[in-house]
Amino acid sequence: MKALVCIKQVPDMESKFKINASGTWYDENNLAWRMNEYDEYAVEQAVQLREQFGDVDVTVLCIGPDRVKETMKKALAMGADRGLHVRDDLGGEKGPLEIASIIAEFAKDKGFDLIFTGMQSQDRGSAQVGVLVAEMLGLPSVTTVVDFSCDGTTVSAKRELEGGVRAVVRVATPALVTCQLGMNTPRYPTLPNIMKAKKKELLSVEVQELLTAESLLTTEQFYFPEKNVGALVLEGATAELAETLIGILKEKTTVI
Amino acid sequence: MKIMIVGECRNGQILDATYENVAFAEKLGGDSFMFMVGTQAALPKYEGKLYLADAGECGEFNPEAHKQLILKTVSIEQPDLVVFSHSSYGWDLAPRVALALKAAQLSEVVDIKEGAYVVPACNAKLRRRLRPKSAITVVTLQAGAFSPASEPTGQPAIEPVSCDPSGAIEFCGYEAAEAAGVDLAKADVIVSAGRGIGKAENMEMIGGLARALGGEFAASRPVVDAGWTEHNRQVGSTGQSVSPKLYLACGISGSVQHMAGMKKSEFVVAINTDRDAPIGEIADVLIVADLKEFIPILTEKLRAL
Ligand SMILES: Cc1cc2nc3c(=O)[nH]c(=O)nc-3n(C[C@H](O)[C@H](O)[C@H](O)COP(=O)(O)OP(=O)(O)OC[C@H]3O[C@@H](n4cnc5c(N)ncnc54)[C@H](O)[C@@H]3O)c2cc1C
Ligand SMILES: Nc1ncnc2c1ncn2[C@@H]1O[C@H](COP(=O)(O)O)[C@@H](O)[C@H]1O
Repeated sequence: MKALVCIKQVPDMESKFKINASGTWYDENNLAWRMNEYDEYAVEQAVQLREQFGDVDVTVLCIGPDRVKETMKKALAMGADRGLHVRDDLGGEKGPLEIASIIAEFAKDKGFDLIFTGMQSQDRGSAQVGVLVAEMLGLPSVTTVVDFSCDGTTVSAKRELEGGVRAVVRVATPALVTCQLGMNTPRYPTLPNIMKAKKKELLSVEVQELLTAESLLTTEQFYFPEKNVGALVLEGATAELAETLIGILKEKTTVI
Repeated sequence: MKIMIVGECRNGQILDATYENVAFAEKLGGDSFMFMVGTQAALPKYEGKLYLADAGECGEFNPEAHKQLILKTVSIEQPDLVVFSHSSYGWDLAPRVALALKAAQLSEVVDIKEGAYVVPACNAKLRRRLRPKSAITVVTLQAGAFSPASEPTGQPAIEPVSCDPSGAIEFCGYEAAEAAGVDLAKADVIVSAGRGIGKAENMEMIGGLARALGGEFAASRPVVDAGWTEHNRQVGSTGQSVSPKLYLACGISGSVQHMAGMKKSEFVVAINTDRDAPIGEIADVLIVADLKEFIPILTEKLRAL
């Protein structure tokens, strides 16, 4: 079996963001980068598939500048077999249609039985790329999956709906799955596996070789929302903060 | 502008998302009509044309069939805009429809400004204003961003639509959410733990503060996903909805999905190291502090009262 996992490198969401010079995206300098949270579940699920069947070859694909190779190495250390880096210095500003076209162009003649993506990326959050890739390839796709199993030819999955209700579905491979938080427990790479990952194949190709779509959107502005002045912000010494809070709770609530 | 509203029906019930989509269309102005896969027995309250496909025939969850039905309706009505909710139904279906229509898709729209669409970025810390370049546009709306101003009313004029219900995905039924062991909805005080608590052991500190306040403890999703507490304590769109007198959000950033479950709380206190955490937008008080230092001291002082 062959599996493809699409992973994105995103900034740590607790970073102090700044707007870039053109006012269309965040400034990518001086940020700490990590694997998109949803994609960690995707990598884990593919690696578990290999542990289940033995003969599963797992490719991870990531579009972005050279720094994304660090994140790809984490996926290799988690157990993926090889990496395909699509080098694109402007990857962050590309929309879901362009990103999906790149992935579909790469995947179209590779015969992947299963493709895993995250349900959404934490920075862009379009929740589109996975479904678009499947539609471009003419494959069925199941989104927001929190429970996954595969017997080699059929996938049984549970989609998470509002209120925690789940829809149980079945689909034959080849298929694409978008992974939701909590689908499994993503492993931490062990030191020996980090060492082993250094020897794994990690190829880079230029984005021009794979990009086939044009964006249908223009970003007019990227900005911080106006702060809702609602919250009283308290800073200072911990003990005083606790006293102040108790005072506020006594005055404004009936709980103490 | 002609707007196609995609309604949602689950288990024979019209979902609120439907009326939020209607409210959005009204805000934009222009002609609108609705499309829904549902049943004659439960019609949405809507004054206008409703293209209705029968869920019994087409399947309540069958993305391929629903896509075909929507494309068919689009070719009859030629709308400029197709409106979905950014829900498990909408984000699944919208990209399928958008690609087939060569339409730009804007996900999780929260506002309209100068004729362009505003969407969140980076866990709602930032916003983008986007303008589509395509002839027809597809949007999904953030839950709660556009609420109806009044109780929906009206009787739709039905136009039946049908399709070939075959599809690659077999829907085997729904599984109910785990029964709640603790009824958080009844608690006056809820102390809720987020990823910011750092490790499972710190749940005890959260429980201790909850006891000192005579309340219950709860958690955000990552805490549940990591197995630090049970799912029946999760607050949010895929957990419980709560409305206590006091909600203490400890190390919770304030995602839309979390806030969906606790925004009806009477008084919200957030404890967070990040002054810019979006939880500050709905909190009454934001304590900028490391919860590992702050909570033990607060708990001790409360116990001494
Ligand atoms: C379809 C869908 C449904 C979802 N349903 C839910 C749901 O029902 N409920 C839910 O909660 N989430 C839900 N989520 C997940 C949601 O999007 C967020 O990922 C989640 O709410 C984030 O949880 P958090 O705030 O605990 O963690 P984070 O976003 O990681 O925030 C951690 C916070 O802790 C702060 N912090 C870190 N260290 C400290 C410290 N020492 N002291 C104080 N503060 C600290 C940080 O500044 C940060 O603000 C859903 C997501 C999707 C896509
Ligand atoms: N630059 C990228 N490189 C590889 N995969 C990506 C990239 N951007 C998005 N994806 C995949 O598409 C999913 C959904 O992203 P999005 O549509 O941006 O919310 C992510 O979870 C990834 O699996």
